[in-house]
Amino acid sequence: MASRKDILLEVKNLKTSFFTKKGVIKAVDDVSFTVKKGEVIGLVGESGSGKSVTSLSIMRLVPQPAGKIVSGEIIFNNENLLNKSETEMRELRGNNISMILQDPMVSLNQLLTVGYQIGETFKHHGKADGNLLDKCINVLKKVRVPSPETRVNNYPFQFSGGMCQRVLIGTGIANNPELLIADEPTTALDVTIQAQILQLMKDLRNETNASIILITHDLATIAQICTKVYVMYGGRIVEKAPIKDFYKNPQHPYSEGLIKSVPVLGKRVKRLFAIEGQPPNLLHPPPGCRFEPRCTKAKKVCSQKYPPEIELKKDHQVSCWLYG
Amino acid sequence: MKVFLLKRLGFAVFTMFFVVTIVFFLFRSGEADPAAIMLPPDATPRDMEILTKNFGLDKPLPIQYLNFLKNALRGDFGKSFRYNEPAAKVLFERFPASIQLGVTAFFFSAILGLSIGVLSAVRRDGWIDRFGRVLALGGMSIPAFWLGVMLMLLFSVNLGWLPVAGRGEGGLDTLRHMILPVICLSGYPIALITRISRSSMIDALKSDYVVMARIKGVPEPYVNIIHAFKNASITLITIMVPMATVMLLGSVVIETIFSWPGIGRLVVESTFARDYPVVQVFILLITFLITSAYIVADILYALVDQRIRFQ
Ligand SMILES: Nc1ncnc2c1ncn2[C@@H]1O[C@H](COP(=O)(O)OP(=O)(O)OP(=O)(O)O)[C@@H](O)[C@H]1O
Ligand code: SF4
Ligand SMILES: [Mg+2]
Repeated sequence: MASRKDILLEVKNLKTSFFTKKGVIKAVDDVSFTVKKGEVIGLVGESGSGKSVTSLSIMRLVPQPAGKIVSGEIIFNNENLLNKSETEMRELRGNNISMILQDPMVSLNQLLTVGYQIGETFKHHGKADGNLLDKCINVLKKVRVPSPETRVNNYPFQFSGGMCQRVLIGTGIANNPELLIADEPTTALDVTIQAQILQLMKDLRNETNASIILITHDLATIAQICTKVYVMYGGRIVEKAPIKDFYKNPQHPYSEGLIKSVPVLGKRVKRLFAIEGQPPNLLHPPPGCRFEPRCTKAKKVCSQKYPPEIELKKDHQVSCWLYG
Repeated sequence: MKVFLLKRLGFAVFTMFFVVTIVFFLFRSGEADPAAIMLPPDATPRDMEILTKNFGLDKPLPIQYLNFLKNALRGDFGKSFRYNEPAAKVLFERFPASIQLGVTAFFFSAILGLSIGVLSAVRRDGWIDRFGRVLALGGMSIPAFWLGVMLMLLFSVNLGWLPVAGRGEGGLDTLRHMILPVICLSGYPIALITRISRSSMIDALKSDYVVMARIKGVPEPYVNIIHAFKNASITLITIMVPMATVMLLGSVVIETIFSWPGIGRLVVESTFARDYPVVQVFILLITFLITSAYIVADILYALVDQRIRFQ
């Protein structure tokens, strides 16, 4: 067990649901995990498994009015974020905790200049002190946007998707946050720029000992930068493993499927989750293991009860009846 | 941007010309002799002849058309039959009263509608939102004439707080005379602005750039105004500019109920009295205002949204 001091973020039994007309969607259903200082966590799982909702819950920005954090704790620097006032949260956001949204093209306001939108991170945390424009230009320089002095006055529609992505990443790391959540930050980029962006995140980590939660579909990216992998399936975390164990020895049948579906390890593939069957319907999830309908190793108990989390060894846990 | 505005301006001029032409031929088409329409039923053939000559109606149509255009360019649209004065003068004497009411009602609706709509979106299902929904429903469904009569009965007749009708004698008296007509004229616009500003704000607040702004720690007032309202204003320009135009043109119903001497009533009276020159000027005024409104809207769009300039 890591000592309290090393732990930056501890999510305990987090449940976040959407209360829709059709019923309650349990998007995040009893998720617990920790992120230590300086750790880079890879959060993987197929579309709809709850990765973004988990991140937004940490930011306390779950889409309103349908979404709600139902229960649990989000301990950041020994304080439960769920007990914080809206003002306290605002002060943390963009300063101590930062996030890069999934879709860069719609994450920037088309009516405001890129410079203005970068500057907001400084301005609203009392860090504007006179040379705001220079600071914004520096952000663009850092993420290698060409001719930053002119680009800073441009509008997002004058940028390509990749450029928008860089602007967002630059904004995300501008205040050297302690925690950066990056939701698929490299999908819109070509390979060389992907490498540069990953390098930027590594730099952030190395220089400031920041922790990063990296959400991605790309296992190759994870292999390059992450220290641990958390696998999400149907609103739950099914396996938590150190990066080496995850590739060599995935324990959960779903993790195994993920690894197998990568043709050659280290090679990049866009859509890699080619596991038979449909992801679970979160309105009416299977009563037992969420993966049971698609699992080739399912036993009788799997469809009746959700498996408990088993600790296989230090830092390696799995929720599967094969081990319980 | 300049090219774009010039194009718009050119288009506006063309539209004006087009409408002038249509109006000209419309009033001269059909079976009836214009002179016969314009004259009272008991006119003598001699009267008819004089009128025909005076209006150049004995000349061939193309010549008449050219004359009409020439005069129109000088602002001469012929004389009103009822008032025996230039039609443009008759209309523009009454126009200030309509502007006075229209502009006041527009700003009243805009301020009230936008505040309620935006606050409803920011605090969804709060008490302002609930009040706003009732107000919007009322404004959309209560007819202006009914509202006018009821308000007049209550405030002017029963309570005696406000004057019954007329435009007042300046200063505070004018203000007191304006209250009820302005409220009646604003009913529908307030409802519409409330609805549209609420829904477009809600859409904007759902978008990713708003989430992103919050992620950066931007305080809510900035998120609402700088990020969300700026985007919502694009839709608002689309409905509010034409709305302002229509409100300037006066309202027959309200001007009649409150005996307000505006152009709405004048035009209806002129139409029934077959005072076509006045009606003609009115149609041209509408065209002018609407084409100007398009240009104003385009300028506003370009101010809010730089994408327009780069198209
Ligand atoms: N605003 C919302 N209203 C209702 N349901 C939502 C909303 N946002 C997300 N959900 C539901 O929550 C579940 C998890 O969504 P989430 O966006 O976290 O998935 P994800 O793992 O990030 O997927 P992706 O890889 O596609 O980004 C989905 O099933 C989705 O239907
Ligand atoms: S619990 Fe059962 S169904 Fe679920 S992954 Fe394990 S073996 Fe498969
Ligand atoms: Mg997502």
